[in-house]
Amino acid sequence: MTRVQEFRTGDTPLPDIVILTHKLAREYDMGGEVVRALRGVDLQIRRNEYVAIMGPSGSGKSTLMNLIGCLDTPTSGEYWLNGQQVSDLADDALARIRNKEIGFVFQTFNLLPRASALHNVELPLIYAGQNARQRRALAAEALRRVGLGDRMEHRPNELSGGQRQRVAIARALVNAPSILLADEPTGNLDSATSQEIMQVFADLHRQGQTVVMVTHEADIAAHAARVVTLRDGLVAADHLKAA
Amino acid sequence: MSLFEAIRLGLGQLRVQKLKSAFSLIGVFIAVTFLIGAWSIVNGMNSYMTEKFAGTLVGVNTFHLRKRPNFTPNVTDSTWRSWARRPRITFADADAVVHGITLPVLTAWASEDRGDVEAGTKKVAQVSLNGATTDYFAIRNIKIDEGRPFSPQEDKAGAAVVVLGYDLADRLFEKRDPLDKYVRIHGIPYRVVGVAASRGNLFGISLDKFVVAPALSPIQREVNPPGVIDALMVKANSEPEMRLAMDQAEAIMRSRRHLRPRQDDNFALETSEGVLNFWAKINRILMAVGPGLVLISLVVGGIVIMNIMLMAVAERTREIGLRKSLGARRRDILRQFLAEATTIATVGAVLGIGAGIFLSILLNVATPLPATVAPGSILLGVVLGGGVGIVAGVYPATRAARLDPITALRQE
Repeated sequence: MTRVQEFRTGDTPLPDIVILTHKLAREYDMGGEVVRALRGVDLQIRRNEYVAIMGPSGSGKSTLMNLIGCLDTPTSGEYWLNGQQVSDLADDALARIRNKEIGFVFQTFNLLPRASALHNVELPLIYAGQNARQRRALAAEALRRVGLGDRMEHRPNELSGGQRQRVAIARALVNAPSILLADEPTGNLDSATSQEIMQVFADLHRQGQTVVMVTHEADIAAHAARVVTLRDGLVAADHLKAA
Repeated sequence: MSLFEAIRLGLGQLRVQKLKSAFSLIGVFIAVTFLIGAWSIVNGMNSYMTEKFAGTLVGVNTFHLRKRPNFTPNVTDSTWRSWARRPRITFADADAVVHGITLPVLTAWASEDRGDVEAGTKKVAQVSLNGATTDYFAIRNIKIDEGRPFSPQEDKAGAAVVVLGYDLADRLFEKRDPLDKYVRIHGIPYRVVGVAASRGNLFGISLDKFVVAPALSPIQREVNPPGVIDALMVKANSEPEMRLAMDQAEAIMRSRRHLRPRQDDNFALETSEGVLNFWAKINRILMAVGPGLVLISLVVGGIVIMNIMLMAVAERTREIGLRKSLGARRRDILRQFLAEATTIATVGAVLGIGAGIFLSILLNVATPLPATVAPGSILLGVVLGGGVGIVAGVYPATRAARLDPITALRQE
C-alpha cells in the first residue's frame, strides 16, 4: 500500500496528491430503481503515479472514470483534483477543469474523421483560447512526442490503429494535463500495437506524467505500477507492483 | 472558442458536406434571388417611369386638356360611360383656353389615330398619325434630325406636309433621302419636310413610328371628326406656373361649359402625375405581394436549415461529446452550431445575391423590362439570410449544447 493521508471532510489534500476521493458515491435512478454504482470510494493518487483501475463489468470502474474525468458529478462524497475540490462545480467550470487538468484517451480513439492529425490535436487548445500559431506549435510538439512528427497532415483514415491512438494521446497531452486518463486504451488494438501503446504510456510515465488507466485486461494492467481493483462499487484491492 | 473559429468550422462543414449543404441553402438562395430580382425590377421601373415614361408621354411641366384622362387604370364601367358622354374638346375650346391663359406657355393642338402610311410601293401599317400645331415639337421635345418642322404658315394654311418619325422614314425610304418626297396617307399625298431624331423605345415599343402633319391639313379627317381635337397641350416654364395655368384653363372651360359650382368638371386636365399615379398603383401591388413571397421562401429556407442542423446534431452527437470532454463549454457548442447554420444561410444569401444580380442583368438585356439592382436590397439580402440562419440554428444548437458528454460519447 502507498502512503495514505488520513483524510476527513474539511481537510485539504497534501500537495503531491493529484487525485483524492473521499467516500465518493454515485447513484443512478433507473426508472424508480436506485442503482448504487459507487458506494463510497476512497482513493488517493500521487503525482507521477501510474495506476490501473481494474474490475469486472458492473464493478463501477466506468462510473469512477467518468467522475475522475469530471464528466459527471458524484451523488455524495468529495473529489479533489490537483488541490481543488471539483465535486460540486457547475457545468462550465467542469468543462474548464477537463480542458486544463485532464487528458482523455478513449478506447475508440474519438478523432474527428475529416480533420488532420494536427487539427485533432489542436482541439483542446481551441477551447483553451490559444491563438492559431501557438496551437500549431504545441500540437506539432505533442505529435513529435508520440513519434508522429511526419504524419501531421494525415487524416485518421490514412493512419493505422496504433497511429490513431497515438494521435489521441498527443491530443490528451497537448494541454499539459495533471492526469492522463485512459479508458481501455488498447481495447480496439491487436496485441502488438497494444504493446506499442503501453510503451508510449511507460515513456510518458518516466517523463513525469501521472497516468490513470481503466482496463479489464490483466496483462495491460500489469504495465502499471499500481493496480486498484473495484468490486460492487468499492475498492476491493490496491496493489503496488514490486519495483 | 472565438467567433472566427466557429465560422471557420462552419465553412469547413460546408466544404466536406457539399450536397447536404447545397440542399440546405437552397431555400435562402431562392428567397434572396427573388428579393434582389423583384426589387431590381421595381427599382428599374421606378426610375424608368419617372424619368422616361411620364416625360415621353406627357412631358415635363406640361398638362393636357382632354375629354377624359388618357391613363386610366381600373375605372368602373359607369365612370367610363359618363366619360364617353362628355362633350369633345373643340377648336373653339382650345382657342379660348390658349387666349385665356395669362402666363407664358407653349400650346399645341394634338390629335392622334393609327393608320397606314405608304411611299412608292412600300407600306407601313399601324403608324401613329398626329395632327398638331407647330409647338407640338417643342412641347413633346421632338428634335428634327433632317429638314425642318413645318412652319407656322404651313400650319395655318393646313398644308399637306409631314414630319416622319426616325424608324418610319427608314422603313419607307430605306437609304434614300426622304426630304421633299411624298408619302400617302389614305391616298392623299403629303410632302416630307423633316425627319425626327430617334426617340428610342418604351418597353420595347418603338417611339419612332409616327407622322406629324399640321392639324388643319387633310390629316384632320383621319384623326378626328371636324372641328374637334383630342387634346390641347400646355407647357409652362415651371411646376407652379403649370399649376396656375391649369387653374386658369379649368376656369375657362367651366365657364364655357356653363358648369355650376357643385358640378364636376366634364373635361380632364392631365399631367405626368396621372401617369405616375397609375404606376404607383402597380408598384403598391408589387410591394404588397413581393415581401410576402420573399417571407414565405425565407421561412421555408429556415425550416430546411433547422432540419438539416437537427440531423447534423444527431449525426455528430459523438463529436459533440468529444468536444465537451476536451473542454468545450455549452456556449462553445452553441456557438459552433449557430455559426454553422448562419454560415450556410449567409452563403445561400450571397449566392442568391449573385443570381439576383445576374437575373436583373439578364432581364435588362433580354427583355424590354428595365431592371436596376438596388444597393439596399443587397444589404437586406445578407441581413435576412444571416438572420434566418441564426433563428433556424437556435433550437438545434441549444439541443447540441445541452447534450450530456457521457451519453454523447457512448453514442454509436
